[in-house]
Amino acid sequence: MSLAEPEAGTGAGAEEAARAGSAARTGAAAASRPVSPLWSLGFLRSELITTFRRWRTLALFGVLALVPVLVGVAVKIETSGGGTVGGGDGDGPAFISQVTNNGLFLVFTSLAATLPFFLPMTVGVIAGDAVAGEANAGTLRYLLVAPAGRTRLLLAKFTTVLAFCLTATLVVAVSALATGALLFPVGEVTLLSGTSVPFGEGLLRALLVAALVAASLIGLAAVGLFISTLTNSGIAAMAATVGLLITVQIVNSIPQLHDIHPYLFPNYWLSFADVLRDPIYWDDLLKNLGLQGVYGAVFASAAWARFTTKDITA
Amino acid sequence: MAELTAADRSDDGTVISTEGLTKRYRGGQLAVDALDLAVPRGSVFGFLGPNGSGKTTTIRMLLGLIEPSGGTARLLGSPMPQGVRRVLPRVGALIEGPALYGFLSGRDNLLRLDAADPTADPRTRTARVGQALERVGLAAAAGKKARAYSLGMKQRLGLAAALLQPRELLVLDEPTNGLDPQGMREIRHLVRELADGGITVFLSSHLLDEIEQVCSHTAVMNRGRLVTQGTVAEMAAGARGRLLVTTPDPAEAVRVLKEHGVTDLTAEEDRVCGELPVPDGPEGAPPDPADLNAALVRAEVRVRSFGMERASLEDVFVSLTGEGFDVAG
Repeated sequence: MSLAEPEAGTGAGAEEAARAGSAARTGAAAASRPVSPLWSLGFLRSELITTFRRWRTLALFGVLALVPVLVGVAVKIETSGGGTVGGGDGDGPAFISQVTNNGLFLVFTSLAATLPFFLPMTVGVIAGDAVAGEANAGTLRYLLVAPAGRTRLLLAKFTTVLAFCLTATLVVAVSALATGALLFPVGEVTLLSGTSVPFGEGLLRALLVAALVAASLIGLAAVGLFISTLTNSGIAAMAATVGLLITVQIVNSIPQLHDIHPYLFPNYWLSFADVLRDPIYWDDLLKNLGLQGVYGAVFASAAWARFTTKDITA
Repeated sequence: MAELTAADRSDDGTVISTEGLTKRYRGGQLAVDALDLAVPRGSVFGFLGPNGSGKTTTIRMLLGLIEPSGGTARLLGSPMPQGVRRVLPRVGALIEGPALYGFLSGRDNLLRLDAADPTADPRTRTARVGQALERVGLAAAAGKKARAYSLGMKQRLGLAAALLQPRELLVLDEPTNGLDPQGMREIRHLVRELADGGITVFLSSHLLDEIEQVCSHTAVMNRGRLVTQGTVAEMAAGARGRLLVTTPDPAEAVRVLKEHGVTDLTAEEDRVCGELPVPDGPEGAPPDPADLNAALVRAEVRVRSFGMERASLEDVFVSLTGEGFDVAG
């Protein structure tokens, strides 16, 4: 191939000018496009759809939905001979002995059973993969030159992770409610303080519990998102987030470390049981919400500070 | 409206310009060293360099993905990375190969990327995605999951993403990588067509043939530095041609040519190659090739063919970087 060919040297003046002219027209067309601020939400919508339609997310939901079914069936089998569960109050997840009296208690049992590890682990997967997964696949650079905007992208990711926290909790709660209603009698709910409330109010309290459990996951979601901005490997970010969760849970269970427990994000997680008192005991519930708020604000800010100044080399 | 856009583009005919652009990574590695690049509006600009010469780092700095550690980069007149939100909707890019969501179909991949652009109208999204798919020849495979795509199809989808909106500038990093010859020709044709439509194309490629065929301007990088930039024609002119003689008497031809000042003579079977003396060199004016031919015939060397072999861009490239396509250390 020789350089003397006419088409190789297109630097001819007239042609150049013609190109510049039409480029200006293209430019005018591009710059004069009217833009609606609402279009900015398009990416959040895309992020939600992409995450929730993904097979992996659906599999996580499936596993979460299975837990109450297993607990319910196990309780049914064990008590079918007329015995009690776990031989008394000390064993098994909270409320498990009440399940046979009222199916609604399966909701509380299932949430108490999944909250320490199972539920937060799924959050760790989604939050850890949020940014690092995109970096790993290389799609992050294409989103950023689209341009998604770094703050906008991170906001959409955080919102989606929070939406996942809520949905995952609801999946457990709804599956537990359905299983409980199917296998056990439902009716008036006897609260922990001994008073009875109608089933309708019991349901409302169950909904409040679900909302509080979902809110309990905010801290971990923010931590996971921050870890996600530190690495280009989705797997590493997921593993780190879940590893951190396990470590913190272990530290939280060592009595000698009692002094630092109030600062650990899972410390007040099981406080949701206080919703089942009459009147509701708000102290620990509010402490939990406050702690989640602080963790959320600190680690979301850290994620933002990291992500907006990071060199995207993946 | 026209005045507004003119003011918006205070780029005096340059779509990409950098001054002293430098990137030193943590750990001290100098990836790009004081780069002064100027890409004229309307050009098809070939960006060349061996692997590891800093091309990709430069492209990433131009697109606001990496923050320069020194110097400035302007894209369509706006400084980067500050101007990202304002400028990038008018720029289509293919960076270091395509990257797709394997679990989404080709069409859904494009819909997502288009949704990421806050200036993209959702009402025309489906139509624009359809046109982009059509344009790169992927319409038939649009419903397939992207993980089932071949590299060539992924490359096409990446190009389609760059064409979702009317663009002023396309930054294409190795756009024909992984394509079969037919696909390469189609992409080259597409690039020319886009350029004729007035879009400036900034093309990085390892295939020098490709640069020669489609580019009007070119720049060469080596070890983080800009070695040269200019029009392709200028670059070719800078490279001296070689004399090529085919003869059944190579030994005799070498002797005669040597007497006339031809250097670097090599004889392979019946082909004799040599370098003409440098103009204004110590021997004065270089000999006219016609005189050389006459001299050969006078010495009774039988000449089958006689001519100048024009330097290819590859020769220029190798002479500039001195290392062909080896990875820079």
